[in-house]
Amino acid sequence: MSKLSELPQWLRRNFFADLWSGLTTLLLVAGLCYCLPGLIEWLLLKAVFKPDAEACAAMDHAGACWGVVAEKYRFILFGRYPHAEQWRPLAATLLLLLVIFASGLRLIKRGVLLAAWALVLPAFFLLMGGGLLGLAPVDSDQWGGLPLTLLLSTMAMLLAFPLAVLVALARQQSGLPLLSGLCALYVELVRGVPLISVLFLASFLLPMILPQGLSIDVLLRVLAGIVLFAAAYLSETLRGGLQAVPAGQHDAAAALGLSRWQAMRWIVLPQAIRAVIPSIANSAISIFKDTSLVTVVSLYELTGSLSLALSGDAQWRSYYLEGYLFIALIYWLGCYSMSRVGSSLERRLAMDFR
Amino acid sequence: MTGQRLRRFALQAVLAAGLALLLWQLVAITAANMHERGIHSGFGFLREPAGFAIGESLLPFDSADSTWWALMAGLANTLRVALPAIFVSTVLGTLLGLGRLSPNLLLSGLCKAYVEALRNVPLLLQLLAWYFVVSDLLPVANAALEVAPHLFLSKSGLSLPWFGGQAGAWFDLPLQGEMAVTGGAALTPEYLALLLGLSLYSAAYVAETVRAGIQSVPRGQSEAALALGLSRVQGFRLVLWPQALRSIIPPLTNQHLSLTKNASLAVAIGYPDLVSIANTTLNQTGRAAECITLIMAVYLIISLLAAWASAWLERRTGRWTRHS
Repeated sequence: MSKLSELPQWLRRNFFADLWSGLTTLLLVAGLCYCLPGLIEWLLLKAVFKPDAEACAAMDHAGACWGVVAEKYRFILFGRYPHAEQWRPLAATLLLLLVIFASGLRLIKRGVLLAAWALVLPAFFLLMGGGLLGLAPVDSDQWGGLPLTLLLSTMAMLLAFPLAVLVALARQQSGLPLLSGLCALYVELVRGVPLISVLFLASFLLPMILPQGLSIDVLLRVLAGIVLFAAAYLSETLRGGLQAVPAGQHDAAAALGLSRWQAMRWIVLPQAIRAVIPSIANSAISIFKDTSLVTVVSLYELTGSLSLALSGDAQWRSYYLEGYLFIALIYWLGCYSMSRVGSSLERRLAMDFR
Repeated sequence: MTGQRLRRFALQAVLAAGLALLLWQLVAITAANMHERGIHSGFGFLREPAGFAIGESLLPFDSADSTWWALMAGLANTLRVALPAIFVSTVLGTLLGLGRLSPNLLLSGLCKAYVEALRNVPLLLQLLAWYFVVSDLLPVANAALEVAPHLFLSKSGLSLPWFGGQAGAWFDLPLQGEMAVTGGAALTPEYLALLLGLSLYSAAYVAETVRAGIQSVPRGQSEAALALGLSRVQGFRLVLWPQALRSIIPPLTNQHLSLTKNASLAVAIGYPDLVSIANTTLNQTGRAAECITLIMAVYLIISLLAAWASAWLERRTGRWTRHS
């Protein structure tokens, strides 16, 4: 649609192309006219934005009570982290987000990026855990909210990816039937069961099979569970990628005198990974969403900390919906930007390849 | 060549030995730990009375019944929510997927908005939100919302007409009573929230599967159909759809399977599915290993059955498309 004079044609083509299209348009417009005003009224016009419980109660759900977010946002975002120290999770979250964005958008060179990750991860733990540089120690069972969600999903992705590569290679290229059989067993077992059962395993059963005296923090156990779960799905994705690499590539690499590992590292894996970038992005999104399940085993990430913030407070307890919408928005922004990054990466790599 | 073969054999032998050692160590440590904490093992507890009540159950259940029966009731409850949700999500998702491909921009835009909105928010969050809406924001049972004649919606769930009732009658119609809605069949808020949440979330994925499947059919096919003088609807029904179905069915079965696995999130809103009942059992008896093994075994069996069904369906549609 370059000129305004083409507007009628454009409208006709896209909304009134034939009788059915026209009827559909009219029906949908009627439906929107019926629903939208009420929705806008609830979301904005009649909504209470001040953290004023009485004003919210007076509105009696005729308008949204965004005041609950204004009142509780620190609790929702940072969970039970000590109130006076909450600049620390904020700083840690911002740091991690910064380096994630820099990686996703490819703002800086690879070498710098690796260095940034190597700096930011320890800094994250230092800021959250304290105990050094005059920061008061904060036990990990007080961590919560957004930093915990980010930590779990980032670490899960960072750890699951190499594991998945190893498992996929072991299944596809190792030539050891025992090893590839074991890896296949692991992948099929994990993919057959729900994540909740893996989390139960990590939280109830893992302490039982570890030697006495060696107790692992519940956060790490749950992280291990998520990593094992995610790696099974990722390795299946990567295996598909490995199968997509033509056999001629292996032969060509061998003909050039590359060893098997060199061929794998420089010829086969890059092509395999490139072939499945969209699925990898989808896995990252799934991991991010799946971290919400840890609330079932009493880790208070974003979803859990919302319940924690509201359940004990009679004044605000009836405005859960507004709270859910608020954190849904956070999750949505995270997932949507990840899927954008995924498709831009796909386009870019396709271009590099040409 | 023999050298390499020997190396491989040696590697596998070392691997097997290492694995055996690890397993033996784990079993020994676990046994020691359980002995220390006075935990017994074995599946004997399955025959003992459950000792807890189940909120709702398809199978007749009483707290004096055995734990085994409680878990069966849980499995029945899982299927009771998963099967209808699979049906609803498939129908809704197919419509949404077709809608996304519509040349009408308003329709395709709305369908896209639905998919993007629901796919990018964790299912658990959606379930909690639905549960809150049903159990907190709806009117109380003595002033239930009559959404359609004899269809009552309230904090205590949905009452709908059902077969049977008083002698001689075909249907048992719910009526607004003094304190609550009486008669008909009642669906609990937990069930409603889970059914709604699972169906709507999964529909977004089904929509994407259907869209990708239809788009995977080469453009020439629909052009050829038009050239043969078929109308657009005929071309779609006779040429495009059968071919699309072949690439839709495998991911669709996967989606149904993941819906069934996602039904385990019932534990978060208190619907007594297999996982929540196993969780209750675990908390009461302390038999973590056994309960988790049971959950995993049941889901693995379901996955195997689904893989089977999928392979059968693929063979069938393959044959069907080749012949027609």
